[in-house]
Amino acid sequence: MAAQVVTISSGKGGVGKTTSVANIAVALASRGQRVACIDGDIGLRNLDVVMGLENRIVYDLVDYVEGRCRLRQVMIRDKRLPELYLIPAAQTRDKTAVSPSDMVRLCDELRSEVDWILIDSPAGIERGFKNAVAPADRVLVVTNPDVSAVRDADRVIGILDAEEKGPASLVINRVNPSMVKRGDMLSVDDVLDLLAIDLIGIVPEDENVIVASNKGQPLALDPKSKAGQAFQNIARRLMGEDVPFLELETPGLFQRLLGRKQR
Amino acid sequence: MNFLQRKKSANSAKERLQLVLIHDRTDLTPAELDALKDDLIQTISRHVEIDPLGVMINVAQDGRAQRLVADIPLRSAARRRK
Repeated sequence: MAAQVVTISSGKGGVGKTTSVANIAVALASRGQRVACIDGDIGLRNLDVVMGLENRIVYDLVDYVEGRCRLRQVMIRDKRLPELYLIPAAQTRDKTAVSPSDMVRLCDELRSEVDWILIDSPAGIERGFKNAVAPADRVLVVTNPDVSAVRDADRVIGILDAEEKGPASLVINRVNPSMVKRGDMLSVDDVLDLLAIDLIGIVPEDENVIVASNKGQPLALDPKSKAGQAFQNIARRLMGEDVPFLELETPGLFQRLLGRKQR
Repeated sequence: MNFLQRKKSANSAKERLQLVLIHDRTDLTPAELDALKDDLIQTISRHVEIDPLGVMINVAQDGRAQRLVADIPLRSAARRRK
């Protein structure tokens, strides 16, 4: 079966696109799927460090596009999961080194090799974003419950609709249940009211995301992590499973769980 | 300010975003929307007498689509003849 191409975008930077790509990829691969993720952020590559694969890079996306290597040579195999691959961005070039049709060609060649192709879109709505979206079968938009992330997500959702890449699915990342409870953070329902698109994941704020990226080990493999579990659920929903959304605990219990994990 | 009556910041965020998103999606500034309202009132008044104080024209959200909703009360012909 040919792979599905899923692009993860957001508009605003820093909302957790790269973290989402790494974790959804790991979650899919841990469920026996063959996964390739592509870092679309040429010039500002990061997916390699978040996945802990920075020391294995020989060739990058631009090398492939410009014909200096074959597809298999640009696919870096993950340390833990045998059917997880990374195609890294070039660090010393810019977005114009790759065109939307290059991305379509790459994905067409990749489709027969894997089950899922995840593309990490750069922030913004310019060339890098257009490259990342061109080959997409579906797009996930990551946002945070704050005014600027929601506004930028709305712009991106509008552009995806106009380019017939919609309807996008929404990942609401970094939800802080105690702030929502005291009325100082937009709730999941507020964000859905505003953006009016389908939800595919709610990820609670979790300090362990930073710990995991420090180590280069995405936390989707940690069964104790709430955020990791949320990413596993997104992977299951992508695979067509009907998974209920996590109930975000009341602050007391949430804190207790965090406390227990740190022991 | 009374602490208990302090408006929740999440509510302000939602209300402000609702307005901002309407303008982002329609590319219509509040000033342009006002100008559009004035034009509409003038145009309709050329054909039928309306109650300008009762006119309500707003952009409403319907899923991801925006619609211009106008509620324009007409003066009854009977009252005009008096």
